[in-house]
Amino acid sequence: MAWATPNSMREGLAAGDLSAEGLVQAGLARIQRLDGRLEAVLSTDAPRSLEQARIADARLAGGERGPVLGLPVVLKDNLHWKGTPCTSGSRILAGYRAPYDATVVARLLQAGAVPLAKANMDEFAMGSSGEFSAFGPARNPWDTARVPGGSSSGSAVSVAAGYAPFALGSDTGGSVRLPASFCNLTALRPTYGVLSRYGVTAMASSLDQVGPIARTAEDVAALLGVMAGADPLDATSVDLPRQEALWPLRAATLKGLRVGLPREYFGEGLEAGVREAIEGALQRFKDAGAELVEVDLPHTRYAIDAYYLVCTSEVSSNLSRFDGLRYGLSERVEGQTLAELMALTRNAGFGAEAKRRILLGTFCLSKGHYDAFYLKALKVRTLIRQDFLKAFEQVDVLATPVSPTVAFPLGAKLDDPLAMHLADVYAVGAPLAGLPALAFPAGFSAGLPVGMQLMGPALSDVRLLELVQAFQERTDYHLRTPEL
Amino acid sequence: MSAFEAVIGLEVHVQLKTKSKLFCACPTAYGLPPNSATCPVCLGLPGALPTLNAETVRMAIRLGRALEARIQPRSTFYRKQYFYGDLPKGYQITQGPVAIVEEGTLRLPGDAAVRGASGPIACGIERAHLEEDAGKSNHDLHDGATLVDLNRAGVALLEIVGKPDLRSPLEAMEYLKSLHRLVTFLGICDGNMEEGSFRCDANVSLRKVGTEPFGTRVEIKNLNSFNNVRRALEFEILRQGRLLAAGDALTPETRGWDADKGETRIQRSKEGAHDYRFFPEPDLPTLVIEPAELKGALPELPEARAQRFMASHGLSEFEATTLLQSRPFAEYFEALATASGHAKAACNWMLGEVSRHLNDHGLGIGALPVAPEVLGALVRLVEDRVLNLTTAKDTVFPALLKGERDPAAFVAAQGLGQVSDRGAIEDLVRGILAANPDAVAQFRGGRANLRGFLVGQAMKAGGGKLDARLVNDVLDAELAKA
Repeated sequence: MAWATPNSMREGLAAGDLSAEGLVQAGLARIQRLDGRLEAVLSTDAPRSLEQARIADARLAGGERGPVLGLPVVLKDNLHWKGTPCTSGSRILAGYRAPYDATVVARLLQAGAVPLAKANMDEFAMGSSGEFSAFGPARNPWDTARVPGGSSSGSAVSVAAGYAPFALGSDTGGSVRLPASFCNLTALRPTYGVLSRYGVTAMASSLDQVGPIARTAEDVAALLGVMAGADPLDATSVDLPRQEALWPLRAATLKGLRVGLPREYFGEGLEAGVREAIEGALQRFKDAGAELVEVDLPHTRYAIDAYYLVCTSEVSSNLSRFDGLRYGLSERVEGQTLAELMALTRNAGFGAEAKRRILLGTFCLSKGHYDAFYLKALKVRTLIRQDFLKAFEQVDVLATPVSPTVAFPLGAKLDDPLAMHLADVYAVGAPLAGLPALAFPAGFSAGLPVGMQLMGPALSDVRLLELVQAFQERTDYHLRTPEL
Repeated sequence: MSAFEAVIGLEVHVQLKTKSKLFCACPTAYGLPPNSATCPVCLGLPGALPTLNAETVRMAIRLGRALEARIQPRSTFYRKQYFYGDLPKGYQITQGPVAIVEEGTLRLPGDAAVRGASGPIACGIERAHLEEDAGKSNHDLHDGATLVDLNRAGVALLEIVGKPDLRSPLEAMEYLKSLHRLVTFLGICDGNMEEGSFRCDANVSLRKVGTEPFGTRVEIKNLNSFNNVRRALEFEILRQGRLLAAGDALTPETRGWDADKGETRIQRSKEGAHDYRFFPEPDLPTLVIEPAELKGALPELPEARAQRFMASHGLSEFEATTLLQSRPFAEYFEALATASGHAKAACNWMLGEVSRHLNDHGLGIGALPVAPEVLGALVRLVEDRVLNLTTAKDTVFPALLKGERDPAAFVAAQGLGQVSDRGAIEDLVRGILAANPDAVAQFRGGRANLRGFLVGQAMKAGGGKLDARLVNDVLDAELAKA
């Protein structure tokens, strides 16, 4: 059951061989059995999940069918599901319960999906390995001595370990693509605005996007299809063209497809095993009639710097609201001043990476530094966007590795924040440019999964999924599962 | 002292009269139980996002057009960051370097007394921008604790920044009155200063007369009435003048006005000013105003309405301006003029009995318990000479205030209707003349003021109900006879 595909689950539900309630119980049992080792889950709420499952079963019994109806989904713990804990991986929100539903969660519930658990994550989605969670790191099911990738670590592990067929993460600078790559999954970072950010604890608002995670492009499309579209509660949200083509998803033809290979993404630092796997996957595209074209994205070398300036600046602002006054951790001491309460709470509640980013961001936005840092970063961001626009005059999509390496051992980069940030080097371009990027299994290096990503022009999300569907019809990497 | 000239600029926070807040659907009503008008957005809960209330944009545009200002086709929201207990997100959403309204002009009434003989003046408006209000910290309700009410957090404000074009406390007060009248006439603010719907901060500096550069500027906070603005500025100008005359240097600082003590006191020095770390609000797209949004009729502005009152109702400039003291007052007048069919008489009632009653009881026109249609019926009775004015003022108007709704029926029931029967009045007047032969003789001998005595006698004899004009006519005719 753990490795059953959503398609087989849907058939079972339609035939009455399976029930949504049964799927929830099986998922909870698997969490019970495996999560002591994997630490992918921060909380479950069995009564609430079972209640949703029974609603779905009633709808199924009434003859209703749908892409996610009755199917379990794991939610990253920065996504608000009303009434359940929502810590965003931080001690400062330990015990906090979501007082309302995020729009993506509300739309999932509307479509009959059943939330199964809240997933572990780097604190406030800041991290590339999952190790910056205040509640301990999640483990990679392919090798539990290694990181699963972050920051949507628990979401990816939950799908990779067969807790649920679907998960939602969030992607600010690679946070669904990196764990998908390390855990052999398919995950989409949509065009900025395609998924509502309402009810997603903000990290860096101009970069944050919710990202669906599953095994295949088809399954990612099923999730995206029920959640996409402008939301009156998010002023930056947009409609997704061709949304109706997401279900059922049809493979696009690869014949004649012009695939751009940015030179800057294949240079120094790319692990040999990863390069080999990516080249193998590219050959598959070529075999199917695609044309491979080398292109340039000349401002790529500034991308990490620009990303971390924009990101930390917004983080420093977005995390200001955690002051111990209204909710979450509050370090109250009799007779203290307001400033003391805020300082004590924030010092006790935030972890090292959160503090690092708050300090950096506060510095960037300070008088006298704003022009040199934040404003400069915005200019670089524009140049990077123009690089992409120019590339898409030549090619249909860009193909790159998701990460220069496979999953690295736990602790390997923990003491070197800079090295950790460099894991994002291929991931931050798309968010800076607001473009969609789809990560998918592209092979293995020494038994560990290697992920590739396709990036396309704004709002080409559906097309990217159709292309990867075509790739997955020709390959079986995405079908491989870890031994647990 | 006369060596210095004051340079004054006012910043006014106008609370927009919208049903819901600037970035969420919470109500803006005043006086609700603390923290009841709140939601995830204005509480600053994790994951909540602002969405712009389009009505506030329309109101800002209306003000901008009335100020003949430039409406920026593209303006951006920014975050102004600081930590405080009543600022839930740790930042206030306001507008950045480009505001929705820029470079306008506010014309002050042409009262020569305001700036010597130079006549009407205009004050430049630098900008007006949209921003959200903070919550309210109450330090007095609970011993040793500050209580925070977030009902006001997120309420829409328009901050209107005037240029330093004002030169005296009186001018500043006139500016504030004109702006107040404008925003209430535009229907974008209820103008209630006690509830904080219209708040003013003043910047003031002194410079030597005839010199260009501005002196050291001091900001005075929380001026919540027209008079306080004038008094605070008068105090501050004296204070600064004394220091400068003594050769002392001023420091740029923020001072608070204490109305009870009649003085300004230092709140904080500008040197330790906050670094607000402004940056563009990523949760809100650029605010784009399309040319079509700048079309459509504006409500009639106070100045135009005054002209209309003078032209079509034959009122004086003083009368017209006084009627325009507030939009509801002017609207009551117009309704009364229509209901009575006598604009001039309606004006007299507004500036006479109605104002006296409101002033005596400290009320606004909205609290007058008499509908314009009812008062209009009374005015008509007087103008149609069914009732005399004295009875109308002394007897019928008080009855209306107590709830009487039908002046005509009341007059009939109480037998107050005036006697307009010429024959009856002739008989009565002849009787008076016959009973006062001395007075008649002295009048004819040249003591003209005895005519008034005779009129009084006649009115008295008629029980106060005689048509006074008719009495005068008849008396003149009878006196002329013999």
